[in-house]
Amino acid sequence: MAKIQLNGKKVVIKSNFSIFDLLKKYKLVNKKIAIEHNGIIVPKTNYKKRYLKTNDQVEIVHFIGGG
Amino acid sequence: MKKDILKVAGKSLRSRLIVGTGKYKNFSETAKAVYASGADMVTVAVRRVNILDKKKPILTDFLNPKKIIFLPNTAGCFNSEEALRTLRLAREMGGWKLVKLEVLGDKKTLYPNMIETIKSTKTLVKEGFKVMVYCTDDPLLAKKLEDSGAAAIMPLASPIGSGLGLQNIMNISLIIKQSKVPVIIDAGIGTASDATIAMELGCDGVLINSAIANANNPILMARAFKDAVISGRNSFLAGRMKKNNLASPSSPLKGLI
Repeated sequence: MAKIQLNGKKVVIKSNFSIFDLLKKYKLVNKKIAIEHNGIIVPKTNYKKRYLKTNDQVEIVHFIGGG
Repeated sequence: MKKDILKVAGKSLRSRLIVGTGKYKNFSETAKAVYASGADMVTVAVRRVNILDKKKPILTDFLNPKKIIFLPNTAGCFNSEEALRTLRLAREMGGWKLVKLEVLGDKKTLYPNMIETIKSTKTLVKEGFKVMVYCTDDPLLAKKLEDSGAAAIMPLASPIGSGLGLQNIMNISLIIKQSKVPVIIDAGIGTASDATIAMELGCDGVLINSAIANANNPILMARAFKDAVISGRNSFLAGRMKKNNLASPSSPLKGLI
């Protein structure tokens, strides 16, 4: 188990969870999104290589309507 | 007649109307208004994904970024760091290098902070971004922005979402005259005729969000803006008649009975 902050909310995930696993959990695989892991942007090619641990901060963003 | 195309940062736009995608009732209305406007480019914002509701519809389900150019903006950013963070994330999302920078300075007027804006423009240009920049209507600062590498100068007509139309025609005219990159009016346009006036002045384009989204019938208003922009552009290209202080009869006096 690991407790992370995802988009400002506390979320509990399994240990050895990668960013890709997180995207699967939230049905976001292949969506137009971008990810910041502890303040650093993660390139798509690294989603499976980056693992999450307790106290990590993750931001997942996408496009919404705006002027 | 040669096709009148707006070239901005290497993109060719057939329509000189760029529309925002905020403030609509739902995404279906957004998409309908965008199509009615005939715009080739739309602005979009970057925000957190709603992780609590996985089934909520998302913008890209309704507007296809492969068919229409997405221009990611930094709306809501109040300093250079926030704006840069947002645009770097936008770039990661889909390789977007063409972005709209706006760094706000005041919560009430949403007036741009030009010091932070110029600073951010320089950084973004260095990182390879093509930056269309929301700015004040100060000709001197507009020139500084162009010298900093802005791909387009986007002065406000009046505060964002105010609908007050063009408040300083003289300044906008000065900016148009001096700029070598496109000048696009961003913010403050209230109704279709405002857009016509902007285009008649010689603006290269207009960016509209609230005036369409907040109309009673946004889809009809989108169509009105499409026509207004074409009309103003044609009027500018045609060149208006000279103004006279006295009358000049339209019918010949010769042969009068």
